Amino acid sequence: MKHFVKSLPVLSILLALACDILLPDSAQHPAAEHPYFTWALLIGLAVYVIALLISLGNTKVRDKLSYSALFYAGAVLVLNILNLLTAKFAILPVLYFPSLDRVFGVLVDDSAFLATCLAYSARLLFFGWLGGAVVGVLTGIAIGFNKTFAYWVQPLVRVLGPIPSTAWIPLVLIAFPTAVSASAFLIALAVWFPTTVLTSSGIASIPNSYFEVSSTLGAGGFYRIAKVGIPAAMPHMFLGLFNGTCSSFITLVTAEMLGAKYGIGWYINWQKEMMAYANVYAGLIIIAVTFFILITLLFKFRDRVLAWQKGVIKW
Amino acid sequence: MVGSISISGVSKHFVNPTGERITALDNVSLDIPAGSFVSLIGPSGCGKSTLLRLISGLIPMDDGSLTLDGTPIKAPGADRGFMFQEHTLFPWLSIYDNIAFGLRARGIYKQEKNRVDEFIEMVGLKGFEHSYPHQLSGGMCQRASLARALVGKPKVLLLDEPLGALDAFTRMNMQDEILRIWKETGMTAIMVTHDVDEAVYLSDKVVVMTPRPGRITGTLDIKLARPRARSSEDFLHYRAEILRQLHYGGTIKEPNYYI
Repeated sequence: MKHFVKSLPVLSILLALACDILLPDSAQHPAAEHPYFTWALLIGLAVYVIALLISLGNTKVRDKLSYSALFYAGAVLVLNILNLLTAKFAILPVLYFPSLDRVFGVLVDDSAFLATCLAYSARLLFFGWLGGAVVGVLTGIAIGFNKTFAYWVQPLVRVLGPIPSTAWIPLVLIAFPTAVSASAFLIALAVWFPTTVLTSSGIASIPNSYFEVSSTLGAGGFYRIAKVGIPAAMPHMFLGLFNGTCSSFITLVTAEMLGAKYGIGWYINWQKEMMAYANVYAGLIIIAVTFFILITLLFKFRDRVLAWQKGVIKW
Repeated sequence: MVGSISISGVSKHFVNPTGERITALDNVSLDIPAGSFVSLIGPSGCGKSTLLRLISGLIPMDDGSLTLDGTPIKAPGADRGFMFQEHTLFPWLSIYDNIAFGLRARGIYKQEKNRVDEFIEMVGLKGFEHSYPHQLSGGMCQRASLARALVGKPKVLLLDEPLGALDAFTRMNMQDEILRIWKETGMTAIMVTHDVDEAVYLSDKVVVMTPRPGRITGTLDIKLARPRARSSEDFLHYRAEILRQLHYGGTIKEPNYYI
């Protein structure tokens, strides 16, 4: 049974290849330059077979494969059905649902331009995110520990925070010298709010006994903040950073409408205007993969920093 | 010998959530000689924990004077170790780092490093240094918490119902541990408890307190050699005397009928 499950992706890929090669393409779709989908399937097949061979000698890979094999087979089946609905029978509207050959083709042919766009987006996201995260954590800590600061700043956070950062566009456009700095500010704003709120609420929910015990051990005020307050609020802080990261992605795509020259969000918008839907999907695929990687990295980082949490708190 | 506490005419009031003023401690005086083991016992609301927190400096007093070796107590300090009812170990630090926390906070970790290992050994947690608190049992966490309170070599150890959350058997074992460590270190120990047996088993002196307002109604010197037998006649005599002072002694009546 287990062996059967592990061979399912191979069968699924072979089925997709058979459909792709044996069935003629619909005349309604513009012909792709190369059969990219076929190539992608072949590459997938080769990678999976190599993984299978490695799994013969490696238990870790074997466990991973037997867990994920069914999912891979299903994913390939979905692509296969999509290929049939578009390229082969043109059942979905041709303009909005280009063939997979063409979508994958964009990824290959336009790769240099897409890479430039990605680099510009990455720069924007990096500075925006970093600025928002640093200021957010600092504001949260200040609100959490300083009553005067909390008195004056907390209402401000409550009022300004929930405004979607994209609603600031009209103001930001006149306040900032360049489009890039304006966009980075919007992203920073999107990260700042959830980070601040969750950091300060994390500090507020620290049991008082932690501070009491540290003062009976001879810890001074600053030491208590650095070594008790911040580590204890860390799980909340990460939750805030995670929420902030998600809203930074949303903001990124909008922010790139502000007179950007390059950028993956800008690319999608631009291609949509040109009705080049194959390029739109290619851009979406890149965004999805990139954001998935970034979120995964954030979680890995959290697992490392918050190793102590295992078995204490789950989220 | 260092670590003598002098409490004289101390009062403490709280305002409860309904705005009512409550006298937690009313004109309390007590002298605790250096190196002795003193228990504060009484029903809840008698101010025993408040008194302990005043000695630790965690809360300020309203009236009276409170000194450690003649110096007034104003704020918490490393010369008074505190062990809470819950272990209050920091969950993000390993057992070792928890115990070393106080030394690091005071910037003396480098010089006093070997004391961490010494106390890990003393409380029997060797081999668990790198575990996190949630991986250990409640009793082991209390041991770690005891080591953390002791590693800075305080003059006075303040224990706020330290064994209240443990099961009866772990509790008796821990009482022996505390007694042994108290003897080895020679410090003054002040313990809040509501367990009469525990008080008699451990203390040189038992201070009986009553609530509303919190007052000391009697002190009792336990003149028994250690180790003490929990079911010896003298032990039971002290136990009965404390219960009597707390008005829980009851009256022994003639039974209504005999079989």
